[in-house]
Amino acid sequence: MNIKNLSISFIILMVTWLLLNGNLEIITIISGIIISVLLAYIFCKKCDVFSNIKFTPKAFFYFIIYFFIFIVELIKSNFDVARRVLTPSLPIKPGIVEVKTKLKSKIGRIILANSITLTPGTLTIEMKEDRLYIHWIDVRNDDINEATKQIVQKFEKYLEVIYG
Amino acid sequence: MVNILLYISLIFIGLAIILSLVRFIKGNTTIDRIISFDVLTIISIALIVIISHISGRAIYLDVALVYGLLSFLVVIIIARYFEKGL
Amino acid sequence: MENTLEITGAIITLIGSIFLFLGSLGLVRMPDIYNRIQTGTKASTLGTILTLLGIALMNTDWFGKILLLMIFILITNPVSSHVLARAAHYIKSPLTKISVTDKLVDN
Repeated sequence: MNIKNLSISFIILMVTWLLLNGNLEIITIISGIIISVLLAYIFCKKCDVFSNIKFTPKAFFYFIIYFFIFIVELIKSNFDVARRVLTPSLPIKPGIVEVKTKLKSKIGRIILANSITLTPGTLTIEMKEDRLYIHWIDVRNDDINEATKQIVQKFEKYLEVIYG
Repeated sequence: MVNILLYISLIFIGLAIILSLVRFIKGNTTIDRIISFDVLTIISIALIVIISHISGRAIYLDVALVYGLLSFLVVIIIARYFEKGL
Repeated sequence: MENTLEITGAIITLIGSIFLFLGSLGLVRMPDIYNRIQTGTKASTLGTILTLLGIALMNTDWFGKILLLMIFILITNPVSSHVLARAAHYIKSPLTKISVTDKLVDN
């Protein structure tokens, strides 16, 4: 039995249920527990999505840092988009580059791809094993190592600790 | 003051919807139209939430939630259709 | 009486709607599909999150549900843009003429 997967999916479902209801009455909590246990058991009997998450203090600390870096990058990316859209000459130099990642776990790669999509000027198009193909709105360097350094590594060093 | 700011943001959202509709009508390919559909959905979620604040009805938030879920599903299904067929 | 929280919320909502507007402007101006996905989804993600955050500040009773909407948009929006970009590349939509490189075709 994978208690870890089941309990994480149970917690996610329960928190969603409580946020959706917006009260803490006894009937809400009881029905929420019943539904969450059932759903977690039915849909996550064999899943291994969450097995690689680590619950150490260091991972938690890195998660907080990662979250703030992510928010800053999201805001930066939006100002970047706004600048490009508002400039009359449309300063873009697009292309698809290839980068590689060191992350092994599935969920780590998913989070990495989503983070790349939301950061300045990059969009994940395809992922084949440890290679990611990224559409870059302003290609500065199409060499694989340089592109990896510029796009992936700012997230990777945190995600490596959190998800392995 | 607050209401004036909200009405100005409603004007901006209206302009955003018009621009996305321009791309939706003009769009050279089907993918272009799906992108503008996706953006229209996200703009509509923001619009629904603002309207639910103005009219003071919390039930519209559920509408926004279900709308977001359905549109996400639709985009995934259409993309899958393009890659593999149904 | 209007307090500062409400005015802050309204200003954040306004900023969010400006981002939504810029995202749609990018949708019209950009030359090919991939650039449109970039501007469209990115600006609309932050725009919607800011709009919802502003409303949540003005109406604190709804914070739970609006938080759920924000998390939902933050998770699903990159996924749908990635899926669309992959489908576009799969059916060989052309990149714009000024594109520099396309490593995915080479392999």
